[in-house]
Amino acid sequence: MLRYLTRRLGQAVLVVAGVVILTFVIMRLVPGDPAVAYAGPRASPAELAAARARFGLDDSLPVQLWNYVRDLLGGDWGVSLHTRQPVRDDLFQAFPASLELVGAALVVAIVVGIPLGVAAARYKGKFPDLSIRVSSMLAVSVPVFWLALALQTLFASGLGWFPVAGEYDANLDNTSPLHVYTNITAVDALFTGNWPILGSTLAHLVLPALVIAAYPSGVIAQMTRAALIEESSRDHARLERALGFGETSVLTRFALRPALNPVLSLIALVFAYSIVNGFLVEAVFNWPGLGRYAADSIRSLDTPSIAGVTLLVAILYVVANLAVDLVQGVIDPRVRSR
Amino acid sequence: MTISGPAGAPTLQPQLRRTALRGLAGMDRLATVGAVLLAVIVLAALLAPLIAPYPDDGGSATHPLEALLPPSGAHWFGTDQVGRDVLSRVLYGARTSLLIAVAVLVIAGVVGVVLGVVAGYAGGWVRDVIMRVTDVFLAFPALLLSLALAVVLQPSVTTVIVAISVTWWPWYARLTASVAASVSTRGFVDSARCLGVPAPVIVFRHVLPNSLTPVLVQLSLDGGGVILTAAALSYLGLGAHEPTSEWGLMVQQGQSLFTTDWWVVTCPGVAILITAFAFNVLGEGLRARLAR
Repeated sequence: MLRYLTRRLGQAVLVVAGVVILTFVIMRLVPGDPAVAYAGPRASPAELAAARARFGLDDSLPVQLWNYVRDLLGGDWGVSLHTRQPVRDDLFQAFPASLELVGAALVVAIVVGIPLGVAAARYKGKFPDLSIRVSSMLAVSVPVFWLALALQTLFASGLGWFPVAGEYDANLDNTSPLHVYTNITAVDALFTGNWPILGSTLAHLVLPALVIAAYPSGVIAQMTRAALIEESSRDHARLERALGFGETSVLTRFALRPALNPVLSLIALVFAYSIVNGFLVEAVFNWPGLGRYAADSIRSLDTPSIAGVTLLVAILYVVANLAVDLVQGVIDPRVRSR
Repeated sequence: MTISGPAGAPTLQPQLRRTALRGLAGMDRLATVGAVLLAVIVLAALLAPLIAPYPDDGGSATHPLEALLPPSGAHWFGTDQVGRDVLSRVLYGARTSLLIAVAVLVIAGVVGVVLGVVAGYAGGWVRDVIMRVTDVFLAFPALLLSLALAVVLQPSVTTVIVAISVTWWPWYARLTASVAASVSTRGFVDSARCLGVPAPVIVFRHVLPNSLTPVLVQLSLDGGGVILTAAALSYLGLGAHEPTSEWGLMVQQGQSLFTTDWWVVTCPGVAILITAFAFNVLGEGLRARLAR
């Protein structure tokens, strides 16, 4: 196990190093001069030179890469050109909001996707199976930004059942101010007993979380169905049927648990995907997360911020992959020798 | 019949076969629906100049006096902010989306297959290097890396194709590498090597053709993903721009009108949904058929 662990960790470190280099290369290709973007179009030559010196733009590329890596390791992710704050602080602000949204979406996706997958496997080839397969296919095929606009128009602007945009009603900051600990508003409100803000946050969460949940619920339902059908054709399922267990019992009592293993790793992988998919949804619902930050950064060609978001999500993805592999290595020794 | 099965088997077997058949029939039905849908979409794209009721509206024509007319006999899908026929633009948009999908799948497919087959055949450090590079690209969710690239390049359809291709090839490299590695251990490859056939010929004449099927299925499965990613990039203003008809762009331009003039946003959105659905269902069906 220790050898597997060190090998897998070594791979992950290599990949992260590659991710840093690739991000650096992409960011160096950006048209326009970051120094101009920072100092402004009317800056004097001296101010420009100062900005260039500040960002180390006069050094050769390998030196710049070396400095970039050194700064990253030291926790300096650069200064955002549009918020003028350290990128790391901006990310600390924005990431928890995205986490809250995607977390809520994944809970919905699991609660919806797994039972639907079980039902489809139970009635394989019959009408419930067909309709679940069609709807899960529709769920993974729908453009999220369009679904976000449609639900917002229908249920928020139209029927008024849910708030249109934002994370919670800003007026509540005056009547019942929130003590910030984790930056995840729902969690902070829950643990400080701030019920008005908690209620408002949950109401604001419903629509964007449902939109983000569409894709993961679809793939989770498909994966659960496929894994269950495979599992229920194994010898142990035959034995259980011979012992007189009904088809539903065979599926839910015996086949479901081993079938959930691939589903769990799938969930870890769709997590990072959903964060990025959430970018589009955050833009529509004006959710103060990474997506809105990324959108603002893109609009102002803010290289350090874009690099920061890209790096953070890529590293998240590597870590999620690593976690899946390690957990599977613990559960299933065969994985280690691969 | 020399061996008699356990009691109950004769009734169980046909029943099992029946449910299996019904499952396959259902699957094929769905895949057929996907194939038909896709054929209709491809035809619509190819014939757009002929079948679009107002072919000029696919481009930069404007009719300010006919702006935002609701769906009617003259304009089945209504008209947009500058009076263009939405149906015509949706039809022309199919051209843009399919062009992007085909271009990305060809570029990413060729790059991925070539690198994958080399990695799979060569093994050793060559394989390690290629696989670590694919790992790096796979660490970026496709939309994220395309976003970063699309910011760097100028917004255009070409940018979208380049950006998505860069994020898409590693999947095919991985898949091909694992298939090619197992093909390379087969007897006919050994024979070719013993006969002194040069390595490049072995790789491209013998290993490559025998490693293609899984990749081709995966390519058909990925068309939907490419179309969704391309639409998202255009929606963010990083892809196609006026006067090109592009579904994601149409949604973005009409989004503030959703409450009052729903057809401007709904029609292109549903077009994306149906096209991605057709690709996904067809690809699923092909994969299931291959797995049998």
